[in-house]
Amino acid sequence: MALVKKNSTLKEYFEDAWKAGIVLKSASTDVFQNLALEDWIHEHIDVQQRSALLMWRNSSAVVIGRHQNPWQECNLNLMRSMGIPLARRRSGGGTVFHDLGNINLTFFTSKKKYDRHRNLRVVTGALKDLRPDLDVSATDRFDIVLNGVYKISGTAAKLGRTAAYHHCTLLCSSDRSLLSSVLQTNCKGIKSNATPSVPSPVKNLQDEDPSLDPSAIMGAMASRYCAEFGFDSPVITVDPSVEQLMPGIQKMAADLQAWEWVYGRTPKFSICTSFMAEGANIGLDMDIKNGIVEKCAMDIPHHWLPPEVGKELCSALMGIRFCPSEVAAVVAALMRTASRAPDLAKKTQSLYENVVAVM
Amino acid sequence: MAALTTVRGSLPVLRRLVSMQCLHKFCSSKVLKAPFVCAPYSYSTTLLQQHRFFRTSYAAAGPILPFKLSDIGEGIMEVTVKEWYVKVGDRVSQFDSICEVQSDKASVTITSRYDGVIRKLYYDVDSIAFVGTPLVDIETDGGQAPEEDVMETPALSQEEHTHQHIRGHKTQATPAVRRLAMENNIKLSEVVGSGKDGRILKEDILNFIAKQTGAILPPSPFQEIQPPPPAPAAAAKPQEKKPPPSIPTPIAPRPVFTGKDRTEPLKGFQKAMVKTMTAALKIPHFGYKDEVDLTQLVRLRSELKGVAESRGVRLSYMPFFIKAASLGLLHFPVLNASVDEACQNITYKAAHNIGLAMDTPQGLLVPNVKNVQMLSVFEIAVELNRLQTSGASGQLGTADLTGGTFTLSNIGSIGGTYAKPVVLLPEVAIGALGKLQVLPRFNAKDEVVKAHIMNVSWSADHRIIDGATMCRFSNLWKSYLENPASMVLDLK
Repeated sequence: MALVKKNSTLKEYFEDAWKAGIVLKSASTDVFQNLALEDWIHEHIDVQQRSALLMWRNSSAVVIGRHQNPWQECNLNLMRSMGIPLARRRSGGGTVFHDLGNINLTFFTSKKKYDRHRNLRVVTGALKDLRPDLDVSATDRFDIVLNGVYKISGTAAKLGRTAAYHHCTLLCSSDRSLLSSVLQTNCKGIKSNATPSVPSPVKNLQDEDPSLDPSAIMGAMASRYCAEFGFDSPVITVDPSVEQLMPGIQKMAADLQAWEWVYGRTPKFSICTSFMAEGANIGLDMDIKNGIVEKCAMDIPHHWLPPEVGKELCSALMGIRFCPSEVAAVVAALMRTASRAPDLAKKTQSLYENVVAVM
Repeated sequence: MAALTTVRGSLPVLRRLVSMQCLHKFCSSKVLKAPFVCAPYSYSTTLLQQHRFFRTSYAAAGPILPFKLSDIGEGIMEVTVKEWYVKVGDRVSQFDSICEVQSDKASVTITSRYDGVIRKLYYDVDSIAFVGTPLVDIETDGGQAPEEDVMETPALSQEEHTHQHIRGHKTQATPAVRRLAMENNIKLSEVVGSGKDGRILKEDILNFIAKQTGAILPPSPFQEIQPPPPAPAAAAKPQEKKPPPSIPTPIAPRPVFTGKDRTEPLKGFQKAMVKTMTAALKIPHFGYKDEVDLTQLVRLRSELKGVAESRGVRLSYMPFFIKAASLGLLHFPVLNASVDEACQNITYKAAHNIGLAMDTPQGLLVPNVKNVQMLSVFEIAVELNRLQTSGASGQLGTADLTGGTFTLSNIGSIGGTYAKPVVLLPEVAIGALGKLQVLPRFNAKDEVVKAHIMNVSWSADHRIIDGATMCRFSNLWKSYLENPASMVLDLK
């Protein structure tokens, strides 16, 4: 643990110490705090003359890329029932599942020195330091594959005006069955231009060699990073919840958790699907922009339910967030004035519940 | 100076007018999908005149320069435009974010090279942009030359304002900052720069001006509501020093309110509630109010709170109120009923699904506890905890929010004593609980004692419920709460 001058921020510490390079490790396993830490370092640490490596792990979470559509990428219902949070990172790329068996590495450099292949050589080099005969290599899509087949790492990057960062995952001992069930959408009929994820077969490093556990790997990464970039730095543990050390970080974490960012930033998309309700086939057509319902149309058989019910539901859904709890509140209020004739009431309830399930 | 001040003030007008012009252009060219905010078409002639006046005085409008997509690195030749942060007519400063592009898993924020006004966007969202081709057209302010690599070298050598006294050393500032200094007759050399390498930023000029005049300048000329310049203390003092003998108090300058009304359509939950409440008020309501002495309940709860917490549950008074209501409903099932729309048939509901009005981020929602008739007070507390956590995190589902048969509203937790609640369809009765107050009351021995008093306000559908029924139900409910031991006798 390095000594920090009392009341200094992380920025001051590094700039005062004139370090050419830093290796950091996050003390938190909260995905939002760690993403905020990444943002904070990107915005505040001067990387023109130095570079930094941040190693972090999160407890179970799904992280989508900047321009992706969460409804298309993962099973939101399953995640909600299991309490697995959804985060949207600021870099591009695809969707990943994080848990404590996955290591995240972020390489911070100036825009001029941004070189993803060099960073990935650090990763493969470190793994080979631990197990020289390990067959790991980086592809030209910046993935790392094990034995030529299994993807063990995916990459994403963010470039700003003068600074950039490249981060990648590394599967050590992740829960693979949870990973595959959570990264499968439960929404049918989504039409969107959002960046799609490219699924690949995956494997854990620890399945290949039990000695490759997260802490061993992180140690090897730190050494290899220092060797590759030519400086000597201890691994410094940073706690992202300490506002004093990183002023403004709590607000960044809060912004990352806001609905407007996680869901509202989804590029415009439409849903064209159908479901069965009490023996009738109902068609649903919605356009969603910024996470808000812009257009809603339903195809309900006329003999099944009076058309006013469908029209009223569509009208009530316009302009609200495409979110199950908001829609649940709306349909609950509509239920109060719905017809109480037993068969109509049942059909109306079934219709409402199925619409909520689409979100 | 005055002309320029007017220019600043009417820039929002210009922006709207410009976007109106551009909208005309684009309607014919169909280059962009143009998700712009459409400017309203009705503009009075005075505004157009102002526009003309604006045009003649704004002679400093500079050339329209194309801002090219610069090299991203790694030999990348094309990117996908993912999001625009600006639209035509927006004013940008150097280094403001223009758009977000994506290439090969890298998300890049493109920042502006110039100060000026956006005149054209070359790409739609999701289209491919090529490195080296123009991304946007920016109408620069006069005097900015298209520099090759402004981002890397902030010190610009072009300078059109000759009457800046720069004593021997070069002061670093962008053209926008230099112009601001010139307009306010400030010498750049007298301003302390807070940017990198002593660079003078816009904030430094504004702070300098604020110190000089003692006034706080409005933060940006583009806000609709101009914050009224607060009466500077320096200006007020001379008034107070020599009060005119005829006027007893100094007259403070009246702030000018430039706020505007804001109209938006009702949507979602609000819209649904309009319908629900309109229908509910067609029901003839009657009210019945009473006072409940909860002294014994308060004691009981404080004894049981520890036990509940050891089981991991927070125990409030609500589980007791809810259970007592259910016990009462067993004797007065008409209060747990529902009538059809034509009020022809009445359905006595078997389950006591007692709703609890809850203040959530979505609004006032009423989740209900199902089958209270089968639950113990502790089980009700567990369920309430679950609903409260779900409500606070915005995760209440349809199952929780529908199917209620009777409702209690604990408005007293926020405040209030008596209320006039509205029956929530399709139910027929509702109770609103006021706040728990400590008041003096007479006991059986005619002594004044401290009592915990809560007021309850019931409302019911007078078409099927009469006052006497409500009164007897309320008395029974009240007796359970005033003497909690009696609940034990009747607990099912």
